[in-house]
Amino acid sequence: MDALILLIPIALFLGLLGLGGFLWALRAGQYDDLDGAAARILFDDTPPRKDP
Amino acid sequence: MNALTPLPPAEPALSRPPCQHCAAALPQGAAGYCCAGCEAAHALVAGLGLDAFYARREAAAGELRPVLPPPLDFTTRTHPLPGGEHRLELLISGLTCGACVWLIEQALAAEPDILAARMSLTTRRLTLRWRGPAERANELVAVLARLGFRVAPWSPACLRAADDAEGRALLRALGIAAFGSMNVMLVSVAVWAGGDMGDATRALMHWLAMLIALPVVLLAGLPFYRSAWAALRAGRLNMDMAVSLGVLATTAMSVSETLRGGTFTWFDGATTLLALLLAGRVLNHAGRRRARQAGAQLLALQQGSATRLNPDGSTQTLPLETILPGQSILVAAGEALHLDAVLQDTTALLDTAAITGESLPRHYTKGDALPAGATNMGAPFVAQVTATLADGSLAAMARLLEQAEQTRSRITTLADRAAAIYLPTAHAIAVATFLGWWLLGDQPWQAALVPAVATLIITCPCGLAIAVPAVQVVAAGALFRQGVLLARPDALERLASADHVVLDKTGTLTQGRPTLLPGPHTEAALRRAATLAAASRHPLARALHRACPDATLADGVREFPGQGLETAGLRLGSAPFLGLDQHDDGMALWFAAPNQPPLCFRFTDALRADAPAAIAALKAQGLTLEILSGDAPAAVAAVAATLGLEHFTGGVTPQSKAARLQCLAATGHHPLMIGDGSNDAAALALAHVSACPAGSTELAQSAADIVLTAEGLAPIPAAIATARRAQRIARQNIGLSLAYNALAVPLAVAGLVTPLLAAAVMASSSLIVILNALRAGRPAWTR
Repeated sequence: MDALILLIPIALFLGLLGLGGFLWALRAGQYDDLDGAAARILFDDTPPRKDP
Repeated sequence: MNALTPLPPAEPALSRPPCQHCAAALPQGAAGYCCAGCEAAHALVAGLGLDAFYARREAAAGELRPVLPPPLDFTTRTHPLPGGEHRLELLISGLTCGACVWLIEQALAAEPDILAARMSLTTRRLTLRWRGPAERANELVAVLARLGFRVAPWSPACLRAADDAEGRALLRALGIAAFGSMNVMLVSVAVWAGGDMGDATRALMHWLAMLIALPVVLLAGLPFYRSAWAALRAGRLNMDMAVSLGVLATTAMSVSETLRGGTFTWFDGATTLLALLLAGRVLNHAGRRRARQAGAQLLALQQGSATRLNPDGSTQTLPLETILPGQSILVAAGEALHLDAVLQDTTALLDTAAITGESLPRHYTKGDALPAGATNMGAPFVAQVTATLADGSLAAMARLLEQAEQTRSRITTLADRAAAIYLPTAHAIAVATFLGWWLLGDQPWQAALVPAVATLIITCPCGLAIAVPAVQVVAAGALFRQGVLLARPDALERLASADHVVLDKTGTLTQGRPTLLPGPHTEAALRRAATLAAASRHPLARALHRACPDATLADGVREFPGQGLETAGLRLGSAPFLGLDQHDDGMALWFAAPNQPPLCFRFTDALRADAPAAIAALKAQGLTLEILSGDAPAAVAAVAATLGLEHFTGGVTPQSKAARLQCLAATGHHPLMIGDGSNDAAALALAHVSACPAGSTELAQSAADIVLTAEGLAPIPAAIATARRAQRIARQNIGLSLAYNALAVPLAVAGLVTPLLAAAVMASSSLIVILNALRAGRPAWTR
């Protein structure tokens, strides 16, 4: 049972890390346009900009 | 009314490639492009090196045909930012796929002064930022129009519909609940599996579960606690009350068991329940938001402008809300009049179908008050505005609608009815269990509380709370894909209970726009006339061009606004324009070619192609029908005869339409009102349930429960079928979850329920209910 002392905090820490990542993504607006995000992944890189 | 047969569809061009830009079938004699606009658009896209768009797009043929930019001055809509930058937010219509997003962003990014162009496919909102003068706004809008996208200013209504603080809060709660339930489960599974676990280890596990679960239950449960509290203050009980009570009682008992060092805790059940219910909430909310947004976007695209005639003779196109009473506006041929005004020119011919339901245009003379919402069918005229947009007759009607909305009877939804019976019963059983164990079973009160709370957990209506919303999410999603927007949350249940249909005629049963009648004219003459008509935006000229859509514009056509068109000896227009002494009802065009007698093209407001089929389908569904129209009784009678409807009334004012709906409600009917005009709006708001077809007026759209986005009436019987099916499935679901309870409650009362059993019962009942709900989305014919 000694392993629990180590394993439980690690599991909880990883879980909290995931939750933190989710909350950050939500606040950063990454969930605002899910349809667009699905399409955007297929776009090529932006072509080099012409300088004005 | 003999123009009831629809025009044959354009012949598909099998052998020839379609238009290179919009993918529409090519007209005869054209090569590569269907019109000059598409050719220019293709050149623009190719010039920017963005050809890849054509390989990727999924747009329907003809969808991307370039449009004229709206006659609005977008300069006034820009927001200045520090550093000489400007920001503009636009609503883009015509987006079909990710490729459109890519094209728009890349085409704008190619403009040298653009700093950022970001398009949201979900909200159809384009945010532009550029360094330079505000006047660039109109040029950027023109680029989008040249590509074939319709553009409108991002309206406050769109913003309200897109602003989704509630959705984000639900999603955040779901994230927290999902995290909590997974981690509590990690601990709980260990307790379930570890039969040989020592007491100290088990206590540690329970303490851990409590540490995780307590903040999760408090945070993630907030949406339910708030809703339950609001209902309680209004003196009602709702499902959220049961959920809140169940979750909080479970948590409280588990905390007490943890402190006492008991065998079982129920933290896993409480957190999983929250996660499951929140997932349902998030989906439900996303569906509603999508419908709300689509509605707001339809309205934003209709938003009009007015051309102000300044005292010095110059004109200015301005947003409607900036026009003041006393100012003069110029109304072009074919343009809609959005404000109340008094005619200053000698005569005017206006189509008032949207206001009164009359299908024939009406003549006005100098000094007459013109109704807002009418369309100019004649020559351009000048009118003096009598009221601002906010004080005008359309706004007054909108306010009346809001009042009517509030007085409309609130229907008790299925879920409410189920909750009203279920909750008192479940809570009574829990109390009886506690009293029974405490008084009759001679247990200490702490021990008697355990089976009582177990009863609460088992009866906590997980399946019941999902039963109805799950069906509604699935059904509303299926309807959305068929072009039916449910604008109000209870529209589906109202629609399922409708038993009588009241139909408007003009614009609802009919197309609401002129269609060419068959006549003595030959195909060749029609084609020649259509080459002239292609130049004009006048409703009759456009109808003529629709009758012969592949006619290409003749060279050198001159338009005499409100009179006619002329080129090289050919003349198309009103009888006086051709020098004829003929009188007509304003629904005819005359065509003269050299050495030929003048030809008359007559038009009528033809029935929608699918109206007879839709009426037959509604009758087959057991609904009674009647027509209530503001048009002349003879015209209404003709339509009723064609459709085989016995009950019809013509010449009805908006007030008597509303009165008829009230009368129907008073006699116990549940009328479904279908109408498109502003004169129908009051009746739409008062009806048990209401729908408006595609292209309805703004007022009708805001009054209706259901807005069709697809052309035609066929979606209405389909929607009724889906609604009835959904209602049936919702009832089954309630039955299923009650059956589960009937099996599990005796076990709970007897004190035999362990957390593992509670979890299994809850999960399996929810799963069955969700699987059953998925059937609601299948089209009716696969039954």
